[in-house]
Amino acid sequence: MGKIEWAMWANEQALAAGLILLTGGIVGVGGMFRGWEFAAYSIAAGVFVCLLEYPRGKKNKGTSVERTGQYCFTVCVKAFGPLTRNYYVRAFIHAAIAVPAGFMLATVLGCVCLGIASLIYLGAAISGEKWEPILPRTETRKAVGESIKQPPQNPPPRPPAEMRRKRAEDLEGAAYDNPIKVSTNDE
Amino acid sequence: MGNMIINHGLTSFILVVWMSINIFLFVWFYFFYDLGDQFYYTRHLLGSALAWARAPAAVLNFNCLLILLPVCRNLLSLIRGSFMCCGRTMRKQLDKNISFHKLVAYMIGLMTAVHTIAHLLNVEWYNNSRRRMYDPLSTALSDLPDGNNTTYLNPIRNIDVNAQQNPTYFAMTSLAGITGVIITLCLILIITSSMEVIRRSYFEVFWYTHHLFVIFFIGLVIHGAGRIVRSQQNLVQHNYTLCKDRIESWGKVAECPYPQFAGGAPGTWMWVIGPMFLYLCERILRFIRYTQTVKYRKIVIRPSKVLELQLVKAGFKMEVGQYVFLNCPAISHLEWHPFTMTSAPEEDFFSVHIRSVGDWTQKLISMVEELPEGTQGPRMGVDGPFGTASEDVFDYEVSMLVGAGIGVTPFASILKSIWYKFKDSDPKLRTRKIYFYWLCRETHAFEWFADLLQVLEKEMEERGMGDFLTYKLFLTGWDQSHTDHVMVRFDEDTDVVTGLKQKTNYGRPNWEKEFEQVRKENPSSTVGTFLCGPAVLAKVLEKKCAKYSDVDPRKTRFYFNKENF
Repeated sequence: MGKIEWAMWANEQALAAGLILLTGGIVGVGGMFRGWEFAAYSIAAGVFVCLLEYPRGKKNKGTSVERTGQYCFTVCVKAFGPLTRNYYVRAFIHAAIAVPAGFMLATVLGCVCLGIASLIYLGAAISGEKWEPILPRTETRKAVGESIKQPPQNPPPRPPAEMRRKRAEDLEGAAYDNPIKVSTNDE
Repeated sequence: MGNMIINHGLTSFILVVWMSINIFLFVWFYFFYDLGDQFYYTRHLLGSALAWARAPAAVLNFNCLLILLPVCRNLLSLIRGSFMCCGRTMRKQLDKNISFHKLVAYMIGLMTAVHTIAHLLNVEWYNNSRRRMYDPLSTALSDLPDGNNTTYLNPIRNIDVNAQQNPTYFAMTSLAGITGVIITLCLILIITSSMEVIRRSYFEVFWYTHHLFVIFFIGLVIHGAGRIVRSQQNLVQHNYTLCKDRIESWGKVAECPYPQFAGGAPGTWMWVIGPMFLYLCERILRFIRYTQTVKYRKIVIRPSKVLELQLVKAGFKMEVGQYVFLNCPAISHLEWHPFTMTSAPEEDFFSVHIRSVGDWTQKLISMVEELPEGTQGPRMGVDGPFGTASEDVFDYEVSMLVGAGIGVTPFASILKSIWYKFKDSDPKLRTRKIYFYWLCRETHAFEWFADLLQVLEKEMEERGMGDFLTYKLFLTGWDQSHTDHVMVRFDEDTDVVTGLKQKTNYGRPNWEKEFEQVRKENPSSTVGTFLCGPAVLAKVLEKKCAKYSDVDPRKTRFYFNKENF
């Protein structure tokens, strides 16, 4: 916990508002209500808001939890640069989108919810918050501990092969044992 | 399959009962409105959307009744206490109160959506009816005014408004409409601020926004006062089968007087008044507890910013592993935060160990650090104690206690209490054997707990009770310097990290091995497994408990209990 990041709540509220706009729009169009054109607009607006708000931003403090499958949305939203990073812009966009939905009962709830989300985003912007994408961290190789030294570059020094071979006259003094008995070539 | 029944049977049963009641209410009220004669004319204007609006309303009544009950923690404590005779399985259900609260909340959200959509359709069709867009019967019904010998059916009376705005106008000027919009908004705000992300990170936002439920309930109770769901009152005099096609003769012929309509009385208050009263009592009780004097016996600042407070309150009685809610008006008037008690009931004070995790705890620690020695701390309100599963730990012959990180706290209380009970040879102690597993990344924050274990270790050896308590420590965050240290001092008697006789294990426990060992050493006992730690570990342990339990009651059976805040 720590300083409240209003953007996190604004994000939840905006996502909910998008879904409510979408639902209200579908009811308005499905029932062919009076003013169904506003409902059709509301469907499009709802989808847009959901797409914009689905990728969660990165928290300043603590671990950020991604929504399932949000990576592709993160990439799309990130591509718009300052338009999506800045919360003043988002607050304004949401307020503007909400207005036409207020002209019909079926979508007015979505309008008010989006308006509230816009206000919370305004609060977040005033607090200086920004939208940062959650991207997978690049793998950094863990530094090898000091106790593991550089592997040796050269083989250990050993005498030439003739000296290393077991001599028939001195089997006991050899440096190694054979599993099968040693015999000279002429035996 | 058998294990599932032991561990989840009662919960599933309760859920099935709850869902059945929901389904029953939905279907009953659906058919009441869809088939009832008194709604014939209403249905003519609205079709089945009437029933689709009223059925979820009934389910909403039921669930709004239920939602307040699981959060009355004092009431639940009372029930828990009175059910001591009824077996631990029943009392365990009370641990899951918050899960049930959330489930009921989801149902309320879903039913609100259905109810609202159905009413959107209703308002639209009422509006169209009023503007003579449908058949003559609909027009005639909608035209019925509230006059000297007529009563209206269509609640939209004023059509001097722009046709497209009329539904919104009606919603904003009728009691049902305006309360509906307000309480739905409150519900949406409550739900968005209760999302896990918000709750875990910004508790204040969640807590304060949640208080919108007050507005929600007030609005809910007056939502039906406008009586806009109208039904026919004079079915005997005006038979609709006879009269529906003789609109022109209504009021002129003896067998077809005007159909009279009246709205149904608001019924929601009957459902929710009880729980609202109980919740009010709950909040009053919390307030009374808040005003009771709490004195500081001792304040200790432990390593790693852990604050130990030893408090004394008149008439305060606790059991092992219970928790209290603390409120410090100097920091925040409305916030109550839960803390498990780390003292045993046998002591004449109660203590909590508070770690710096967020705003409130940080402020408390910094306030206490600035106090001069020996003075009383800031004014504190204490609500509780509240019971959790730890109370059951002495009922099991064998107990497995797993504490992860800060979750080791309730077990401090339990282990201390064991020590006291053993010293006094308390016959209430049914426990013969305790296995304690302590998992943490590093022991710095819990040196106070290591000290406690050292003391217990010594006392038990002195009395020759060495194998009553078997404890294993698992250090999950070790590194190279640890292993170097251990390598150098491996042949010493006491552990390098904790100073205890029992050696520290590194890495996470192999639960299969541990459960096997417990089962082998206790072939015919009931084993209670208690965890205070992360949900992931709870899942693992729950599975293992189910796996190693035998359906045969004579063999080893594992019961899983989880603590969670």
